[in-house]
Amino acid sequence: MNIEVSRRHFMKLAGAGAAGSTLTALGFGEAEAHLAAHVRPFRLAQTREARTTCPYCAVCCGMMVFAAPNKENGGKLEVTHIEGDSDNPVNRGTLCPKGAAAIDYIRSKTRVKHPMYRKPGSDKFEQVSWDFAMERIARLMKDDRDANFIERNKDGITVNRWPTTAFLSGSSLTNEGGWMTYKVARGLGMLQLENQARI
Amino acid sequence: MTNSWTDIKNTDVVWIMGGNAAEAHPCGFKWVTEAKHNRGAKLMVVDPRFTRSAAVADHYAPIRAGSDIAFLSGVVNYLVSNDKIHKEYVRHYTNASFLVKPEYGFSEGLFTGYDESKRSYDRSSWEYEIGFDGYAVRDMTLQHPRCVFQLMKKHFSQYTPEMVSRVCGTPEDKFLKVCEWVASTANGERAMTIMYALGWTQHSHGAQNIRTAAMIQLLCGNIGIPGGGVNALRGHSNVQGITDVGTLTASIPGYLALPTDSEPTLESHLAKRTFTPLQPNQTSYWQNYPKFFVSFLKSFYGDKATPENSFGYDWLPKLDVAYDCLRMFETMFQGKTNGLLCQGFNPVMSIAHKNKSIVGLSKLKFLVSMDPIETDTARFWENHGEFNDVDPAKIQTEVFMLPVTSFVEEEGSLTNSSRCIQWKWRAADPYYESRTDIAILSELFLRIRKLYEEEGGMGVEPLMSLNWSYENPLEPTADELLREINGKALVDLRDAEGNLVRTAGSQLASFGEMRADGSTDGAMWIYTGVYGPNGNYSQRRDNSDPSGLGVYGNWGFSWPANRRIQYNRASADPDGRPWSEAKKYMYWDGQRWTGPDVPDYVATTPPEKATGPFIMNPEGVSRLWVRGLMADGPFPVHYEPFESPVVNPVFPKIKGNPAARVFATDTEVFGKAEEFPIVATTYRLVEHFHYWTKAVHMNAVMQPEFFVEISEELAKEKGIKHGGMVKVWSNRGSVKGKAVVTKRLKPLTIDGKTVHQVGLPLNFGFIGETKKAAPINTLTPPVGDANAQTPEFKAFLVDIEPIVGPVA
Repeated sequence: MNIEVSRRHFMKLAGAGAAGSTLTALGFGEAEAHLAAHVRPFRLAQTREARTTCPYCAVCCGMMVFAAPNKENGGKLEVTHIEGDSDNPVNRGTLCPKGAAAIDYIRSKTRVKHPMYRKPGSDKFEQVSWDFAMERIARLMKDDRDANFIERNKDGITVNRWPTTAFLSGSSLTNEGGWMTYKVARGLGMLQLENQARI
Repeated sequence: MTNSWTDIKNTDVVWIMGGNAAEAHPCGFKWVTEAKHNRGAKLMVVDPRFTRSAAVADHYAPIRAGSDIAFLSGVVNYLVSNDKIHKEYVRHYTNASFLVKPEYGFSEGLFTGYDESKRSYDRSSWEYEIGFDGYAVRDMTLQHPRCVFQLMKKHFSQYTPEMVSRVCGTPEDKFLKVCEWVASTANGERAMTIMYALGWTQHSHGAQNIRTAAMIQLLCGNIGIPGGGVNALRGHSNVQGITDVGTLTASIPGYLALPTDSEPTLESHLAKRTFTPLQPNQTSYWQNYPKFFVSFLKSFYGDKATPENSFGYDWLPKLDVAYDCLRMFETMFQGKTNGLLCQGFNPVMSIAHKNKSIVGLSKLKFLVSMDPIETDTARFWENHGEFNDVDPAKIQTEVFMLPVTSFVEEEGSLTNSSRCIQWKWRAADPYYESRTDIAILSELFLRIRKLYEEEGGMGVEPLMSLNWSYENPLEPTADELLREINGKALVDLRDAEGNLVRTAGSQLASFGEMRADGSTDGAMWIYTGVYGPNGNYSQRRDNSDPSGLGVYGNWGFSWPANRRIQYNRASADPDGRPWSEAKKYMYWDGQRWTGPDVPDYVATTPPEKATGPFIMNPEGVSRLWVRGLMADGPFPVHYEPFESPVVNPVFPKIKGNPAARVFATDTEVFGKAEEFPIVATTYRLVEHFHYWTKAVHMNAVMQPEFFVEISEELAKEKGIKHGGMVKVWSNRGSVKGKAVVTKRLKPLTIDGKTVHQVGLPLNFGFIGETKKAAPINTLTPPVGDANAQTPEFKAFLVDIEPIVGPVA
């Protein structure tokens, strides 16, 4: 079902094959085997490969993403290369100038690296912990909800709404992330809930 | 899209209008190239600019931005007055034969029922005449003076080629060539596809633009057939999926409605939406609304949703008024909103009238930005000189900027514009301290819930009743969430004969299995089947295409029911035979509906029952006449944009869409033609995606700065040089950039008057690697479409002048 596996196996085979002795068995002569022993294996053979879709427009082009552990960053798996997925029936391996440069999005200079906080009236962001940010946001939301939540309207109808906090939801987020967003926003009683579909 | 990207290869005529696929959707546009190369298909482009789509077109016609309805209505008039329609299709698969109430009328640009003080219509006279049998009355000869077809002939007769040319500035011969090519497909032998995007939606009459296009396709018989369709190319990668999920003010997932104050009980909500058929033997699929709604409530509130408490109906928030994004920013502007969470959303860049947005954001107590990259919105409080001239000391908003994983650092499914749900696998670890949206929102929600447990507060019961039965409550998996979206049997499900069809706990295979008694759940019925008993179909990667028609039925899962072309029943004639061998798709083989796709309804329903292809409509047919379902009229009408260079040539008394909403605070923000004589329109560039790629090195190198596209004639008139700096301003603000003097834009003659147009790329702002620029929405007006409230970004008024002095 998932061709990802077979492609990866192919890559591994191709990489391992270059290691030397087996080459003779594959029909290479001595000279070729000697040369091949000095050829570095495909770099892609050392990477993990996954199928994804392009983050940009709604054509949703198929992409192959190659990632390898970064020894300088605690062995974290980081992206080394992105290319079009040639199996995808829509884009058939092609990418446009946006998709082809998508690796630069992942490592953008203005990527948000840590939770940041700007105090009222301040002219700068300061780095904070996730714990600080989450605790503070939860407090602000609860206080606003408690102050403005409407359980019944003026006619006595149960309406359970929180009209004073708004949520703009992303349209590049997964369906599952979208459903989670829906659940949280509506579960809290929000009515001001929108996404890019409107614009 | 009614059809799919790969289906475009089956077409004979491609009509691109209100979009520019070659630049905005390059890898989808290849299917246009395929059709041209392999079938000799013709491409025609109608656009204010000679775009890159136009550059490879067989025919290009210029048009004034904002005049699309006049153009499209001219095509409708050409088709009906020259009898160039697919008659059998129109008779059987549209409501052309339905009679309209005698009270209906139209005069000087207004339909019956208009209330000027409310800027809205009483739409009761726009309905069908209903017979004694409870069904709508039809005249299959299409001759009755009150049948939709005759009303249509009359309504569109004003849009002659001369009138189209007066309103749109399109030369008559160029307009007529479009008409002829459209008409060449009105026969069941050939197909035309219409491809559009935000060039049609972003108008005060955007929904009617698209509806007029749909009318043209229906008159030609181009809906439900290979190579046909009205195809929205759409913007963001998952804008289709997120629209489906319904994070929209008045929505519940799967196009169900959020209850309003006027629906105090579950029964009152369901009664308004459970439509019974208006013709015999019709599917009228919304009859099943209660099944989908109750299944949603069961997913939302789990075991706490019981028949006794109407499945938790009271806990759902009730809508007092729709807070579309324009109203959201109006409410913020008025100081009535305290908090805003922005998730992958940059409203400083993307909402109309940026200076109003900044005032609104400055009144917030808190703003939370969740995004992989820094946005202009997260830094709205920061002074960026002329590009964002604010005083941070005066802005008391607390701002959080949270790092979110990028697209490769998470897994889950996305739905492309062909409605195909495709899984993506996680490729890398989260960079830096980033976390997924799911993890962030789960933790936030559980922290809030804990505060309520400890302190109590308002609205506790709805909050505590939300179903949160995930293995790791702090980070539900995408797999769990997609299963929840799909739905499952909560008890053993049996059919009418008592046979077991689905055991308790098993995933549902289709929305046809959903029940209204609480025995099934499923958050979004239209996706049911994507994760059925046989696993996650969004992960399917079989790219075989046995029919050769680009169907790819085992690649991912297309909603609804894995149908790749919607309304495909219409690809066969009323007897179930293909309209032609060339367009053979789904047909009746004597026993069942067969072909490469999934049929619209039960496969064994014989053609004799005359069950229509348009299963969501109680009529079973499509609507040339839209009844009372649109705010601004049962037929489209040419209204000028809210900022227009001319008096409406068709209906001089009426300017902007009479049913469009204008906030009292905005009445003064519109500019007049005397002061702002030039029409402006916005668009994106092939090197950039909205406001993201200005943060991406490679794209910033390729297209580093904002510019203004103007014609040679306007450049001469204003003394502007190619590459020289210009200032462009509207009644709301100004921007600066380099002038690109080009032959791609030409002045047009509108109602005898020369009108210039300028093109403004929208991708530049004050955060990122591209050269700083004022957001283009500094210029745009805060008025939206009368139905969808999509802002009028694509046609407004400006003036322009060269900036003398050194150029940076």
